Amino acid sequence: MSDTQERVTKIVVEHLGVEKDKVVANASFIDDLGADSLDTVELVMAFEEEFGVEIPDDAAETIQTVKDAVSYLDANKA
Amino acid sequence: MFDLKGKKALVTGASGGIGVSIAKALHAQGATVGLHGTRVEKLEKLADVLEERVHVFPADLSDAKQIKGLAQKAESEMDGVDILINNAGITKDGLFVRMSDEDWDTVLDINLKACFQLTREAVYPMMRRKSGRIINITSVVGVTGNPGQGNYCASKAGMIGMSKSLAMEIASRNVTVNCVAPGFIETPMTDALNDKQKDTILATVPAKRLGTGDEVASAVVYLASNEASYITGQTLHVNGGMAMI
Repeated sequence: MSDTQERVTKIVVEHLGVEKDKVVANASFIDDLGADSLDTVELVMAFEEEFGVEIPDDAAETIQTVKDAVSYLDANKA
Repeated sequence: MFDLKGKKALVTGASGGIGVSIAKALHAQGATVGLHGTRVEKLEKLADVLEERVHVFPADLSDAKQIKGLAQKAESEMDGVDILINNAGITKDGLFVRMSDEDWDTVLDINLKACFQLTREAVYPMMRRKSGRIINITSVVGVTGNPGQGNYCASKAGMIGMSKSLAMEIASRNVTVNCVAPGFIETPMTDALNDKQKDTILATVPAKRLGTGDEVASAVVYLASNEASYITGQTLHVNGGMAMI
């Protein structure tokens, strides 16, 4: 597991209160991990804080799965 | 009941009539209070009276940067804000047909936009902690209207709609958002009225007297307490029966 994936997983586990082994690359925050729309906003804000990036709204909308988050953050992190 | 020990409250406009009463009442229930205002000496004076569990945070609410700074400073110096009281407000009265854009904007910016901006900053940490209270001080005239106060009434009605929307969004995070709507309250503003003006006002108040800042503050204490945990999106009117809505 890459460093980014590990940090993303930690945030998702903390925020959504799900088991770590459920947070697989293809897991959708909403469909698989039980997030509501406010949870997804909270996740994006937590990613911003953790990785020191600003994620614009149109990019945030494309982050639907764990993999989406990891690849966006790998490409954009400070 | 209504114990606020260990809670941290930020009160905007704490140098004004009602703000002072709110800060004192929250403090008396055991809360640590952050006093925001523009008149620093008045805030310092109140801080001296309260002695302990008190912080002073001067800021200009017409400046977005200062609002952000206020939220961050309160969050870090008090180690979190559990209760946010948006009490700061101004008036620039004038008849509608003669009202300038400037007077409209100034009142809407301080009373509504600054309330939105400060709440946006304060609410995220509350959501993360899964607990919090936001209490917006609106006014009876935000619901009833008042001639000569088109801008003020719009800002106060706006607060109510904004509070309801936010209440729906974050109820699942255990953060409640409510309004307190004072009627005619004894403050420096109403002291300035002459006897005839006061009589005219009192004729519309079944209680036949002005309310006190403490009576408004009691409503705030209630909504801030654990006992009010199932109340959100509401407006609590404190007006001696002047408007039953």
